[in-house]
Amino acid sequence: MALDSKIPQGPLSEKWTNHKNTIDLVNPANKRLIDVIVVGTGLAGGSAAATLAELGYNVKAFCFQDSPRRAHSIAAQGGINAAKNYQGDGDSIYRLFYDTVKGGDYRSREANVYRLAEVSANIIDQCVAQGVPFARDYGGLLDNRSFGGVLVSRTFYAKGQTGQQLLLGAYSAMNRQIGRGKIKMYNRHEMLDVVVVDGKARGIIARNLVTGEIERHSAHAVVLGTGGYGNVFYLSTNAMGSNVTAAWKAHKRGAYFANPCFTQIHPTCIPVSGDHQSKLTLMSESLRNDGRIWVPAKKEDAQAIREGRLKPTQLKEEDRDYYLERRYPAFGNLVPRDVASRAAKERCDAGFGVNKTGEAVYLDFASAIERYGKEQAYVKGLDANDAALVKKLGQEVVKTKYGNLFQMYEKIVDQNPYETPMMIYPAVHYTMGGIWVDYNLQTTVPGLFAIGEANFSDHGANRLGASALMQGLADGYFVLPYTIGDYLSDDIRTGPIATDSKAFEEAEKNVRDQIAALINNNGSKPVDYFHKKLGKIMWNKCGMSRNATDLTAAIDEIAALRDEFYKEVRVPGTENEFNEELAKALRVADFLELGELFAKDALTRNESCGGHFREESVEEDGPQKGEAKRDDENYTFVSAWEYAGAPKDAVLHKEELEYENIELKQRSYK
Amino acid sequence: MALSGLFLVVFLTQHFVINLSSVISPETFNSWSHFMGTNALVQFALQPVLIFGVFFHFIMGIVLELQNRKARPVNYVQFKGGAAAPWTSRNMIITGLVVLAFLGLHFYDFWIPEMVHKYVEFAPEDPTRYYAETVHKFESPVRVALYAISFVLLALHLWHGFASSFQSVGFNNKYSKALKGFTKLWAVAIPVGFIFIAVYHHFNQLPH
Amino acid sequence: MKLTLKIWRQQNAQAKGQMVTYPIDGIDGDMSFLEMMDVLNNELIQKGEDPVVFDHDCREGICGSCSMFINGEAHGPDRLVTTCQLHMRKFNDGDTITIEPWRAAGFPVIKDLMVDRSSFDRIQHAGGFISINTSGNTQDANAIPIEKEDADDAFAAATCIGCGACVASCKNSSAMLFVSAKVSQFALLPQGQVEATDRVLNMVKQMDEEGFGNCTNTGACEVECPKGISLENIARMNREYLAASLKG
Repeated sequence: MALDSKIPQGPLSEKWTNHKNTIDLVNPANKRLIDVIVVGTGLAGGSAAATLAELGYNVKAFCFQDSPRRAHSIAAQGGINAAKNYQGDGDSIYRLFYDTVKGGDYRSREANVYRLAEVSANIIDQCVAQGVPFARDYGGLLDNRSFGGVLVSRTFYAKGQTGQQLLLGAYSAMNRQIGRGKIKMYNRHEMLDVVVVDGKARGIIARNLVTGEIERHSAHAVVLGTGGYGNVFYLSTNAMGSNVTAAWKAHKRGAYFANPCFTQIHPTCIPVSGDHQSKLTLMSESLRNDGRIWVPAKKEDAQAIREGRLKPTQLKEEDRDYYLERRYPAFGNLVPRDVASRAAKERCDAGFGVNKTGEAVYLDFASAIERYGKEQAYVKGLDANDAALVKKLGQEVVKTKYGNLFQMYEKIVDQNPYETPMMIYPAVHYTMGGIWVDYNLQTTVPGLFAIGEANFSDHGANRLGASALMQGLADGYFVLPYTIGDYLSDDIRTGPIATDSKAFEEAEKNVRDQIAALINNNGSKPVDYFHKKLGKIMWNKCGMSRNATDLTAAIDEIAALRDEFYKEVRVPGTENEFNEELAKALRVADFLELGELFAKDALTRNESCGGHFREESVEEDGPQKGEAKRDDENYTFVSAWEYAGAPKDAVLHKEELEYENIELKQRSYK
Repeated sequence: MALSGLFLVVFLTQHFVINLSSVISPETFNSWSHFMGTNALVQFALQPVLIFGVFFHFIMGIVLELQNRKARPVNYVQFKGGAAAPWTSRNMIITGLVVLAFLGLHFYDFWIPEMVHKYVEFAPEDPTRYYAETVHKFESPVRVALYAISFVLLALHLWHGFASSFQSVGFNNKYSKALKGFTKLWAVAIPVGFIFIAVYHHFNQLPH
Repeated sequence: MKLTLKIWRQQNAQAKGQMVTYPIDGIDGDMSFLEMMDVLNNELIQKGEDPVVFDHDCREGICGSCSMFINGEAHGPDRLVTTCQLHMRKFNDGDTITIEPWRAAGFPVIKDLMVDRSSFDRIQHAGGFISINTSGNTQDANAIPIEKEDADDAFAAATCIGCGACVASCKNSSAMLFVSAKVSQFALLPQGQVEATDRVLNMVKQMDEEGFGNCTNTGACEVECPKGISLENIARMNREYLAASLKG
């Protein structure tokens, strides 16, 4: 099947408006006859469920958590971008569009990104009307801050809990519709298959996690807002329950999976402390507004620090290497995430790492504390030369800006970041890849839509900070509710979808068989054993830096691990009760397949772009020597994989990316 | 609870002022007591309101306690209540019931004889009898001790209750801190004052 | 370090539960409390026993899933943290740790340490929202300036994670802190004024129907709240409720 991205004709800035004006609509009375299933209740799923219900559709929403409010969007910290230009610093829709395409290393679809930038301003209006308490300045107007990879201040925020506040906004919109009976909410339910009837997605099979019951749910369309698959690395900033199962089942039912190897490794996370580690904690990118990243300039100092003989605060200014400021003078500490992560890895690999494991760099607030302290001293008419006073005043300012993050750091690491620099290291954070969708957010299965992080999205090969929240809400509030109507307008006479058809039976049987096989397996190893092992393969061979040899090895190792999993895994308990090990086993089984496709995709893309860095593709000389080298001639396309049995046998379909409005350039942050 | 509690606090203040006058001037005490005991407004309007307030407060207190117990059908094996909330706030039912028991004694001692005296026996009114009667009550050291213990518990009850009332009616602004200080001071001062009066009269018994 | 764990085990909502003792060894101070539970569970699985069920998800203190009553306190002895952020360095070698589920009529036990907190959702359905259509056709976000102090207070109230520690710690199992946090957030913002009367009446009504106890202002909720939600919110809700009741 040829991929049709269905990008509307016309000039870039008019595409969305024209499209909305010409697509089919469903009249309000008919909307009451149509059911829509929304899986996942994060920013994308939650906002979509609320909006579809408000439009009049009958929505069934599913989440595996005990409440929609716990979806992992809640953990997003730093902020949400919008082209409001409230700061008057030259921002515009075009600039947000341009920054996003450039930040994504020219591997995203122009029309989608432009639409995202276009609706971004609406999101802020919407959220404020919903009572989301964004940060404000003393004049009572909304405040902004800067994020990596851009030269304007367009990020709206609510301290370090922006994701929480936006999600609770979407949750409140859902609550209103649940109260009105327009959304039927299924908490603690996990989707285990998509049901395709006559070529159209017509429902799902879900497992009630409390009772273990397998349920059939039908609808005229199915929307997946099930997030990313970063947990394929075991250790990531994702929640423990975040998984690829819904997306992977959709893939197995015919939805193409796009760019699986595009993973964002976030540069500022708390380093791993030991083998017991179950997850990694992010320290918001906003900290790079004020923190300076460095390692010791001399190897012997790094060694002394690792062995505890030297403290970072004892190191003189000239003995420190502020490597981001050194390598990228224009953007300094605010280079995009992929660049910052690779730079940290480069220094640590070279032997300059600063914690016990040698895998950490410093994020230092001392100069920000001094700068803010002096400013405060002047403002308050106090002595700006009194070092102790300046430090105290400065610490207060830093506390109001990042207090909750500093507290979180101290609880986890047991060190006071006001006094000693934070230690950070890159960690898996976000997946730009996902289910392939067209301009209407529809997958290659008619009637199956994917939104938010679950789709292959608008972020290309690297996502800019504060853009995930923007995309999730744009898809859910302002894009899908329009485009889904175009599809559903054919379904006004269909009537309720029966759940006793062959397709439902077959799908349910598949699910039951898989569960029975896992429960009855007489293995000896817990699920975590396999998940951790998979994570190690992924991190070592498909992580921040990739090469053909490792990737080829990874494909075989993952396949072997998958065989071992089905032979050796032990799932205690029964299927008719709350059984977390069973739920985990089902998720890990899918990660074990996705991981293989991930490696294959990375192997196929022999260029370095965004978060995907191939050691074979590096600038050999010139001012950019050592930087990632993109290959536009051969790889300006989206890799969309069609399922064909074993993951490594997946068939590649290419969606060529055409840039009519932006000139492809080397991404330089120097 | 809060409103009836605040009302009772006002009553208690008024009661205290009259009692205190017995230490300063028997004449004043007699005249105030006579006024309170014979004024129709006080007797037939305020007194029923007060009785209603007392009953409402303790019945509601018990009802709330029962509801609250029902809200946790299975108890914790280990519950460190003291780690998060002071003893006084967690044991209002105990301090409250002790004060209620004391009220029983107090009614038996003062109020019932008064009522019998006035409305059953229709005894002739003597505007100077109050002081002597009152002082006489504090002759027994056992009674004074009981009285003192009750007031200590009342102090504990008020230590939480008075400030809590303001929180319950939604009072929370820049004056809250000062108000809280005042309620704590009051919660100690008034019961200590009552105890002082009792002890004073105990050691200053009139010659028989 | 070596520890003795006493954990509440209960097969399902109907079953009778009991405390079961498990010895555990090799615990590191850098582990989080939940990572310690992971170690225990993997040992149990290898021994062929059922692992201990508990709610957890983000493991960074924001989703509000984790809910353990540890040594007599919600989220354990540390302050301003959830169980997932509690680290084992807060305990000593040889300690005995008691672990129980939240206990409240409004939070029935599902299994072991996992409770059903859907009552909190139902309270939110009753009024925890502003009735604004998600059409995007609202006025500009800066059309109504909001005093910074009010915006900050609204934010502070809105940081509630809905974990239920307030109910678990309250001797009365009262949900007032949770409900008042949402009521306060909207009461402090101009956008919330339109529906203020109905909101507070409906949410309080639902709260009572869910079987939570009454607030007697002990203040335990504020102390045990992992997000430091202030008692001021309860006062504000009381004020709102009083005003709404008078208005009808």
